[in-house]
Amino acid sequence: MNKAYLVLEDGTIFDGQCYGATGQTLGELVFTTGMTGYQETLTDPSYSGQIVIQTFPHIGIVGTNQTDSESDKVWVAGYVVKEPSRISSNYRSEKPLTELLIEGGIIGISNIDTRALTLHIRSLGSMRAGIFSGSDLPDRAAMLEIVKASSQMTGQSLSSKVTTSARYTIPATGTLNGRVAVLDLGIKRSTLEHLAGRGLEIEVFPADSSADTILASQPDGYFFSNGPGDPEASGNQVQMLKELLATGKPFFGICFGNQLLGRALGFETYKLKFGHRGINQPVLNVAQKTVEVTAHNHGFAVKLESESAESPAGFGRVRVSHRGLNDNVVEGLECEDIPAFSVQYHPEAAAGPHDSHYLFDKFLKAIQETK
Amino acid sequence: MPKRADINSVLVIGSGPIVIGQACEFDYSGTQACRVLQEEGIRVILVNSNPATIMTDPDFADATFIEPITPEVIEAIIEKERPDAILPTLGGQTALNAAMALYERGSLEKYNVELIGANVDAIRAGEDRLEFKELVLKAGAGVANSAVAHNMEEVIEIAGQIGYPMVVRPSFTMGGLGSGFAYDEKDLRRIAGAGLQASPTTEVLLEESILGWKEYELELMRDKNDNTVVVCSIENFDPVGVHTGDSITVAPAMTLTDREYQNLRDISIQIIRDVGVDTGGCNIQFAVDPTDGRVIVIEMNPRVSRSSALASKATGFPIAKIAAKLAIGYTLDEIPNDITSVTPASFEPSLDYIVVKVPRFAFEKFPAADPTLTTTMKSVGEAMAIGRTFSQALQKALRSLEKRGSSFSWPNVKLPVDRLLEQMSTATESRISQVQQALWSGAEASTIHEITKIDPWFVDQIVLINEIAEWFRDLETVGLDELKRAKEHGFSDAQLADLRQTSEAEMTAIRHGFNLRPVFKTVDTCAGEFPAETPYHYSSYEQFTEVTASDRKKVVILGSGPNRIGQGVEFDYSCVHATFALREIGIETIMINCNPETVSTDYDTADRLYFEPLTLEDVLEVIHAEAQSGELLGVLVQLGGQTALGLAEGLQKAGITILGTSPENIDRAEERGQFQQILDSGNLLAPANGIATNLSEAAAVADRIGFPVLVRPSFVLGGRGMEIVYDQDSLSGYFDRIAEHALVDAKHPLLVDRFLDDAIEIDVDAIYDGHELFIGGVMEHIEEAGIHSGDSSCTLPPITLSQNQINRVAAATDVIAKGLNVIGLLNVQFALASDVLYVLEANPRASRTVPFVSKALGTTLAKAAARVMVGATIAELVAEGNLPHQDGRHLPPGTPISVKEAVLPFKRFATADGRFVDSLLGPEMRSTGEVMGIDKDFPTAFAKSQAGSGSALPTSGTVFVSVADRDKPQLLLPVRRLDQLGYRILATEGTAQMLARHGIKAESVIKHSEAKSGEVSIVDMITNGQVDVVVNTPSGADARVDGYEIRAATTAADKPIFTTVAQLCAAIGSFEVVREGPFSVKPLQEYAQERIELLT
Repeated sequence: MNKAYLVLEDGTIFDGQCYGATGQTLGELVFTTGMTGYQETLTDPSYSGQIVIQTFPHIGIVGTNQTDSESDKVWVAGYVVKEPSRISSNYRSEKPLTELLIEGGIIGISNIDTRALTLHIRSLGSMRAGIFSGSDLPDRAAMLEIVKASSQMTGQSLSSKVTTSARYTIPATGTLNGRVAVLDLGIKRSTLEHLAGRGLEIEVFPADSSADTILASQPDGYFFSNGPGDPEASGNQVQMLKELLATGKPFFGICFGNQLLGRALGFETYKLKFGHRGINQPVLNVAQKTVEVTAHNHGFAVKLESESAESPAGFGRVRVSHRGLNDNVVEGLECEDIPAFSVQYHPEAAAGPHDSHYLFDKFLKAIQETK
Repeated sequence: MPKRADINSVLVIGSGPIVIGQACEFDYSGTQACRVLQEEGIRVILVNSNPATIMTDPDFADATFIEPITPEVIEAIIEKERPDAILPTLGGQTALNAAMALYERGSLEKYNVELIGANVDAIRAGEDRLEFKELVLKAGAGVANSAVAHNMEEVIEIAGQIGYPMVVRPSFTMGGLGSGFAYDEKDLRRIAGAGLQASPTTEVLLEESILGWKEYELELMRDKNDNTVVVCSIENFDPVGVHTGDSITVAPAMTLTDREYQNLRDISIQIIRDVGVDTGGCNIQFAVDPTDGRVIVIEMNPRVSRSSALASKATGFPIAKIAAKLAIGYTLDEIPNDITSVTPASFEPSLDYIVVKVPRFAFEKFPAADPTLTTTMKSVGEAMAIGRTFSQALQKALRSLEKRGSSFSWPNVKLPVDRLLEQMSTATESRISQVQQALWSGAEASTIHEITKIDPWFVDQIVLINEIAEWFRDLETVGLDELKRAKEHGFSDAQLADLRQTSEAEMTAIRHGFNLRPVFKTVDTCAGEFPAETPYHYSSYEQFTEVTASDRKKVVILGSGPNRIGQGVEFDYSCVHATFALREIGIETIMINCNPETVSTDYDTADRLYFEPLTLEDVLEVIHAEAQSGELLGVLVQLGGQTALGLAEGLQKAGITILGTSPENIDRAEERGQFQQILDSGNLLAPANGIATNLSEAAAVADRIGFPVLVRPSFVLGGRGMEIVYDQDSLSGYFDRIAEHALVDAKHPLLVDRFLDDAIEIDVDAIYDGHELFIGGVMEHIEEAGIHSGDSSCTLPPITLSQNQINRVAAATDVIAKGLNVIGLLNVQFALASDVLYVLEANPRASRTVPFVSKALGTTLAKAAARVMVGATIAELVAEGNLPHQDGRHLPPGTPISVKEAVLPFKRFATADGRFVDSLLGPEMRSTGEVMGIDKDFPTAFAKSQAGSGSALPTSGTVFVSVADRDKPQLLLPVRRLDQLGYRILATEGTAQMLARHGIKAESVIKHSEAKSGEVSIVDMITNGQVDVVVNTPSGADARVDGYEIRAATTAADKPIFTTVAQLCAAIGSFEVVREGPFSVKPLQEYAQERIELLT
């Protein structure tokens, strides 16, 4: 059995076995608590730059298939699991997970005490880490030095790594209800399917597109996707969003898109200790007083403690539309004076519960009302 | 919007006696609910006929009615107590059915009382097959092609449209009672015929077979704001075809993609909404076609269920507790998650471990029963295990069953594969071991999947376990890494020792030599995302432990493991009370148990809960972890039945203090010679007896003491292997029968006693503190000696014993307690024949009757006993007010009479040709549960006990009598009285003639064996519902056939049956009572008040 090591920046080292590709990888170590949907997690661009720990011990049981991928590659920087499955058992399975990881060059580690590791991260916060496997491994001290020398997530802009290289269009499914400009900051396939499925023609733009380019396409609404990185390091997109908001056309943002809306409205964002990553997170819909069980994947959040506030950037009144019930984190923003809203969590789910699909309907309605 | 202001009192309906399909999980649920409601300041009114439950302890309600759960009785309770609302969703199908009956009688309207938790429409929608089918289709899921039939003609017609095989499901029955697979018309007529009879609405659903599909369950909760969460998903290891209660089940679901899982979740939420479960829990069962993912909804239960108890223990999310809060108006986001205390209950638990539940069966008690597993539930209990991997959890669960052969083994000689493959094509309790053995013998995993349809991933996990076994067996030397790897996959030291052909002790020594011990992880509902406040732990072989021992004084309490016949909720009752008692005096309590149905495994019960198998290895590791700091006072083994007692010797050898009566003295009670010395010292008699380790020795003993003899293996519970043997031939037949169960050997001799005919059997529960005896109660059995005490009904106070006789019983108990150096509980069984008192057996441990005695007399025996075991004296407990001044031998006139009646599961067990097994009582216990009737006099209390057990005595109608010759003289008076009361009497020819000579007009009926074609025999009459009560005592071999037919038909027709004349005599007064009008009701709290007045 080939040994592998997970080295944390605080000096903690877990000994495990090689899983997936062999070699060395570095990233921010985070855990996700979803019990289903490992394939969706692996292919979610938001995990770019992160080494993901699966808290669920058995991974790979249902194999992988084309349909369930959220993008065309595996994005995680590294993968930490307790017990990889030896076989794939599902009628839709096309390829074993291990094969997908090896093909994608994803370096993983298995057979470690993932629960102890998770508790460690929970108490000390997300931190940098590295997985080391294969021949000619450096000694433990050297591995630690490599981890300590790697870059921090805070302050990183990763959009350019995950975005589309060129703009493209996706036709609406069924009757055309409008046209949406989507800024791809690491978008997931399900999000596009939800938009197109509501009769919206989608034009997807690379993350570094200028406001002028987007405005020139004359869409009926704007959408900013999820994605990795520190929103504070994405000043250009924030600036652009301000210009888009000024048009008075509807805006909908998810996850990173929510953080950018927050910043465009003039609020601060901050890094959470260990983030929210899972598909069981209760969120209060403040207006309805109902609870949505939602999929989360975020390490940063918008800072807004009051129920509502005036936008420091001059966009009128903004209220917190959703709050995380576990820790009161802002999970959604709604502008009262302009047709803009966003959520921190993932209404497209995949993986996760479908409680919040209504937000896509809401966006459609806003487009239809302002068109 | 928190709690509703308009609900100040709630009537909680319990689930009644423990029966197959409805066990102590409802005590766990109901206890939680009562606690919650009381904490919320609501007056709790409880009705439950089952005295062995924690919930019926007077502390858990403001008014506790141990009364039959019938609409008439509940209405009387409503009239007396005037509750604002009724909560019917925590007492299983019994409570739901009772609620529906109350609605239909108009009681709810009459007393303006609201159903909370589920409404009438929701109950109906969930239970009515046709209505439910429409709901499912609306939710976008499929249903199996099906149609409803109300009679046999319709059944046959529909069968033509659906085609064989098909499933037959009766409406409104619990635990799948009466359902099954029909492969041809003969099967169909039999199953549908029984189903129509079992259904209260004479309705069966016939549906397309989905045998071999994957089966899943989702547990949901919904609040009044329509917030809905899925608490847990469960996957059945056994595909569709085996009742989920009889399946090995796994949480969470293992073989679903997120898309498939979310689809099930969406369907579930739509269904719970459409059914209209406004506040509370619900369970939905799915079948998924493994080849194309087609989803069919099998059924939903709009209430707390067995699966929800399992889900609660599996996730740490207390479904019943939350359901009770939702019912009184809270919403999920207003209720904190107990485990994290900072996050709300409006989330979906995430697990970072695997839970496996395995059922425990009792086919050995019903040798004639067909052991094939079907859609009718047959298991009597279950064990659950938690592990960080499936292989670990599965192996822990299998050894938690405590049944010979339940753990995997790896014989050197591989068995023929063909035979195993053939066997596993039929689902039985042995299937998993057949699979493992077949794989071990070289069968391909794909072959196993083709035959059994068990998911390939589960099969591969068993392949993995076998591979580890082979690898470990063939290692040159066992090092730390190798041993750790095997332990990670759940192997016990005993299994590893077997593989290496060494002893368990040696293997443990090697392991300890490496300092390799399990770590303990925490069940926290959130996969580590938030810190857990609740110490609910399980073991695993991994790197880091989460448990640090406290600095307190502590006691380990061993639970009783999976429920089985003879060891059920009664033992959990004692364990829980001991826990409460020790917590009250500041001792830290550490519970070890593996039964997910119980109150003891609620994380609220003990200070620390370890969900672990009750094997010596697992228990010693918990003790080791807990002994790291603080002061371990010792281990309580007296309360958890044979499971806990069986560990006493090993624990003591390992240097652990056993609290209370020492293991040596526990053994002395079983060891004939030493026990005889104690009896001799007090001039006490035992029936003539001897011991034997084989047939010839037994024959010699029987020759010496004379037939009939009572034979009994030592160290068993529930009368396992106990029989009355009348001659030498039967004795050798007995040895043949028990041979395969290995009940008797040199270490475990057979006890052979002279059987006392026509003796009164007496049961005593007492506490001894080393100096003083406290008699808990003296119970008089209604059936004569020879019927197992667990199956016989009994009365407290005794109704025929004189004070002098009671004093003799007490004095004898004192001698035995002293002789055995008892510290704690003692149960003694006596027989009184011709005013001579014989000691039958003594057991220095908690007995099955401890809860009954406690309820009947308002004492808390188990609590007091626990205190005695940690050093308190009876005098101190009396001074504290924890025991009354006068013990159970002195009961003042006016003390109410309590009758305990056993509830038997014969209706669950069909023979291979589809008829019910014989319902005769004997020395081997077969009842699953009990009820209690309490009232001012015996006839009323007995009548209540019969009504509570589901065999209410009819106020008029037809009585059939057929008894053995020896019983005929005693039959005369009771039958004369029934005749006078206006019951129509039927009898077989001989009995009818005898009755006629005494002027009793009895109609003669034709015996089954003598009926010619076209003639209507008594069996036909019973089957057709023309008979309301059957009296049948077994006689000689010829009549035995007829007797069996009569009893089986009576069981099928669900009518009261008396198989001893003693029962009938006792019941005569009750026949009179039931004609005088409905029962009056009184809560235990009022009885307690009256008791105080009687004593002053």
